[in-house]
Amino acid sequence: MSNSVYAVETTDLTRRFGKFIAVDKVSLNVHKGEIFGFLGANGAGKTTLIRMLSGILAPSSGQANVAGYNIYDQTEQIKKNIGYMSQKFSLYDDLTIAENIDFFGGIYGLSARILEERKAALLQKVGLADFSNRLTRDLPLGFKQRLALGSSLLHDPPIIFLDEPTSGVDPKARRSFWDLIYDTCEMGKTVFVTTHFMDEAEYCHRVSILRDGQIIALDNPRALKKKYGKSSMQEVFVHIVKEKDLE
Amino acid sequence: MKKSATHKRIFSISRKEFLHIIHDPRSLIIIIVLPILQLVMFGYALNMEIQNIDLAVIDHSQTSVSRDLIEQFEGSKYFSVFYYDGPIGEIDELFLNRKARLILIIDRDFQRKFQRESGTSVQILVDAADPNAATMIKQYTNGVIMQFNENYNGKLPLTFKVKPRIWYNPDLKSDYFFVPGLVALILVMISALLTSITIAREKEMGTMEQILVSPIKPIEIILGKVLPYIGLAFLDGLLILILGIFMFKVPFIGSYFLLILLSILFIITALSLGLMISTVVQTQQVAMLVALAVTLLPTIMLSGFIFPLKSMPVILQYISYIVPAKYYLIIIRGIMLKGNTLFQLAGQIFFLLLMSLVLLGNAVRKFNINLEK
Repeated sequence: MSNSVYAVETTDLTRRFGKFIAVDKVSLNVHKGEIFGFLGANGAGKTTLIRMLSGILAPSSGQANVAGYNIYDQTEQIKKNIGYMSQKFSLYDDLTIAENIDFFGGIYGLSARILEERKAALLQKVGLADFSNRLTRDLPLGFKQRLALGSSLLHDPPIIFLDEPTSGVDPKARRSFWDLIYDTCEMGKTVFVTTHFMDEAEYCHRVSILRDGQIIALDNPRALKKKYGKSSMQEVFVHIVKEKDLE
Repeated sequence: MKKSATHKRIFSISRKEFLHIIHDPRSLIIIIVLPILQLVMFGYALNMEIQNIDLAVIDHSQTSVSRDLIEQFEGSKYFSVFYYDGPIGEIDELFLNRKARLILIIDRDFQRKFQRESGTSVQILVDAADPNAATMIKQYTNGVIMQFNENYNGKLPLTFKVKPRIWYNPDLKSDYFFVPGLVALILVMISALLTSITIAREKEMGTMEQILVSPIKPIEIILGKVLPYIGLAFLDGLLILILGIFMFKVPFIGSYFLLILLSILFIITALSLGLMISTVVQTQQVAMLVALAVTLLPTIMLSGFIFPLKSMPVILQYISYIVPAKYYLIIIRGIMLKGNTLFQLAGQIFFLLLMSLVLLGNAVRKFNINLEK
């Protein structure tokens, strides 16, 4: 990783699909070791932004560095330095838990020895050590989600992108998932997470609110609440979005 | 170091693909049981020969010559003869009730004419509700009558005899024809159909995205995905071939090595087609429908597998030029039945090579582009 203090830095990052502008001149800096939240309604451009930063979608214009690497021509380096987990918890239902872990370790080219170590640690951590030969299909959603997160961290990346990681999961499982996010953060990793649950925004170090592809607010939750005189992020969000609607 | 990482990533994808197959009994059935089922089905159902054709005889002559003619029919394995003694005006009832497919009427003065005059005739009525069968029945009948004439030699009006010698498949067995065809069909099915479905599934489930965010390269994904299917297709082809040779006694005259080599070429062509499909579809169902439409159906209908290409409308004959199985069928039949050599198949090999290069190049390019959308 480069010497930059930022894990992610973007300048006027833009992505158009035909005439539709999905991400419109987004500029932001994410500090190393930060939990950075990205709020916005469905279709606000969160996923498009994450896909560009992960190196699987080319930007239309603007600049961005991830882990110190340029997103235009160093995507391979970026991919080695990030983990990614989508809202679909992309695991293979028809494979066992261990087979899933082996696969994701394998496509990152981990050696057998390192993979075995990390697999054991991961299974221990998510409480599935005795069930590694079970089919993933039979896991409760909460476990699946924690396993998916663990699988995307197998190659020990400094930055992790989570795209709506808690959609479809019950509140209790969501809470324990956030414990895992904090653990990850304590290991020194940068967490970049999108969500449309406003209560989750409270857990982030800093949040930005995205609307129609543009950032309309960016600060830490406490400062945002203070600025708008609200007691929760939910109210802040409603307030800001309404304000913008009136313009 | 870099190279070993590539191997490792390709191997991971291949192993996962293999596990999918192992874990899913349905795909195992498609891969192992279906080909055997098809072999047996085609083996017995696709038999173009008709035997025991019901033949109704009306013999007004009642002479030794007419009885000789009838005996000639009885002696053939193609006919099962019975006498009709109902009213002559109702013989169409025989066809309507499917009691007979062929009626032979011998005139009262058959023997006299046959022995004294230069020629005589019998009346033959064929049920042509199934025109293909009717054509065959007519041919069998002609054969029997020719044989009969030959037995009464000397009275033949023919001045020379035609004795055809049939090469490569002297008994004209349809088994010889369809076993190689079935190999082609199975190879296409596994290579094109299953490959396109497996990639579409990853897209549908969202797992493709998870793979794409890893440092793996598109070419490594493609290789990892197709390798297990090349292996499977190959084993399946071998299975059909061995069963065909032992169960249906299909001969194998040419070089095994050459057939294996060219089969791999054909598998690669079909896989490229499957990959092309997978780059344009998003769901498994669409992949399956498209694959059926562009690979399986043309292979059955437009390759010469069952229906001779030469008897098709010209436009279909042109379309058949882009059906890979058309070339492979010439190759496999040529090697198995005629002992064709590499040089004799150069044209077919050239077309398959060209097709797989164009398809594979396009598939890899499209795969790359799709990622950037």
